[in-house]
Amino acid sequence: MDFIIAKYNYWIYIILMMIGFYAMIAKTNLIKKIIGMNIFQTAIILFFVSMAYKKGGATLPILTNADMHGEHAIQVAGYLNPLPHVLMLTAIVVSIATLGVALAIAIMMYRKYHTLEEDEILKAIK
Amino acid sequence: MIIEQAPALIVVVSLMSAIATPLIGWLRKDLCYLWVILSLLFTTFCSVLVLNTVIHQGTIHYYLGSWLPPWGIEYVVDHLNAMMLVLITGASLLVAIYSRKSLEIELPDRTIYFYTLFLLQVTGFVGIVITGDVFNLYVFLEIASLSGYALIATGEEGAPLAAFRYLILGTVGACFYLLGVGYLYMVTGSLNMADLADILPRLYESKVILVAFAFFMVGIALKMALFPLHLWLPDAYTKAPSVASALIAPLMTKIAVYIMLRIMFTVFRPNFSMALLPVTQILLYAGVIAIFVGAVMALAQRDFKRMLCYVVIAEVGYMAGGVGIANAVAIKGAILHIMNDVVMTLGLFAVAGILAYKMKDHEIGAFKNIFKTMPFTMAAFLVVALSVIGVPPTCGFFSKWYLIQGSVMAGNWIFVVALLFSSLINIVLFFRIIETGYYDFGTSESGHAHEEGSAVNEAPLSMLIPTIAVAVVIILIGLYNQSIITNIINFAVPKI
Repeated sequence: MDFIIAKYNYWIYIILMMIGFYAMIAKTNLIKKIIGMNIFQTAIILFFVSMAYKKGGATLPILTNADMHGEHAIQVAGYLNPLPHVLMLTAIVVSIATLGVALAIAIMMYRKYHTLEEDEILKAIK
Repeated sequence: MIIEQAPALIVVVSLMSAIATPLIGWLRKDLCYLWVILSLLFTTFCSVLVLNTVIHQGTIHYYLGSWLPPWGIEYVVDHLNAMMLVLITGASLLVAIYSRKSLEIELPDRTIYFYTLFLLQVTGFVGIVITGDVFNLYVFLEIASLSGYALIATGEEGAPLAAFRYLILGTVGACFYLLGVGYLYMVTGSLNMADLADILPRLYESKVILVAFAFFMVGIALKMALFPLHLWLPDAYTKAPSVASALIAPLMTKIAVYIMLRIMFTVFRPNFSMALLPVTQILLYAGVIAIFVGAVMALAQRDFKRMLCYVVIAEVGYMAGGVGIANAVAIKGAILHIMNDVVMTLGLFAVAGILAYKMKDHEIGAFKNIFKTMPFTMAAFLVVALSVIGVPPTCGFFSKWYLIQGSVMAGNWIFVVALLFSSLINIVLFFRIIETGYYDFGTSESGHAHEEGSAVNEAPLSMLIPTIAVAVVIILIGLYNQSIITNIINFAVPKI
């Protein structure tokens, strides 16, 4: 039980990811698939952000006393790792672009077949 | 000056010219074609320069913004990716030259945006290959994939759905790759490939590393269309516009194979990838099944482009199997096969594009009399087909030879059987086209149809020249394969 509570953010990331994965595979509605894809990508963002987190009141790495006589310039334990957040900014941009392309393709199909159900579109193609 | 900056210029010039394409198209629509060719000529020139430098002076390190490696992003060009760069830029230059006539018919009102996406796609490809940073690779992978989805979606009836399915699966693949990056970063705190390679050996027993490796391999296998994960490929590449499939089909899967080689042998050491996990076994058997399934499914197709897609799936099996055999000769064969397969698949899809342009159809049954009406195209097609089958003077023979030699040395007969089986099936496959196209049984009863069909009606020169160039390159690679191997590929094979 401790194992689950102590790392709850990772468990949430796994659960979210599986929800997204299920929606992508099992749903036939294209918009639901897209929503699933977005949940999937968001779960990864949660994973990266929790990776950067440290317990015990660590804050942003704004260095106020870096030049003070060269002693204790940076105490690593006091600061969060900023890099995963920066990576996730890029990943958010990527996921928005993916979402855009996916929605554009869905709109293309809706205009042509007047439905967003995958099986009905398949029937219309054949 | 240009030599020092060449690695960055390859990426920057293709990205910037992609952004400039709509502006130029806004001024004058037909300038786009020249603009794309011009920028690709420049990047091809740069990559040849880079390859030349690498052959003579060894690996190039390029620090973006002069930030040193573990912190900044670094471009690393060694023999393997110098070869890939020349292949990518050269192939996309040929496709760009080829594109004009085909686009006039297939996408007359969307040419400008097509070229923009085309250049973005090339940017993604060269970026994936050139970078020495695992996260940067993810970003380029997504640039390449996203423009690929958009290009495919512009195709014929059913293309949007194919593109949508590819998008869903491709996103899962890329996300798995990103998760792999995350797990590696968690334990090492580094994203630079060389730095990771230094830090990782101390952590090989860690479960986190195993999870990361598994995520990497599954994600890349999805992008590579390795056997159980190949389902997105046939629809997507069949229904894409001819030019888009001539660009994406030769390059995307091969670049995924390149990523796999990088992860397995640069980021992780060969002894990890080969000894600690059964991954090479899995790759080998997935490759063998891919070859069998690809060959049999190709045989069952009546659509020419769809048949070629299954040929691509079988070829991916060659490369995965070659890496799975895991000795130096087989990996040499696999790397040589990356090169050959780019050229051969380009040739096949270029011919398919010409046939689609002339016949307005890519069903094999429609290809009556093509040998008489399009003698040059079909001569090029014969060279490519012989190479895919693996007949000696063409390049396809040599990579297959190394693969077979490697698997004999490893005592692995299943892979040998698979390779020979696939060659046999390829003979049948291409003979079917020759049968329909050359021996004209069907129309002999109605004599007049025969006569009006037999006048020479060759493809336009802008499509024909790149196709013939591909055929010539296939023979040249075959003739000079020894010097290619001693100068480039021997350096790219990991030390096992």
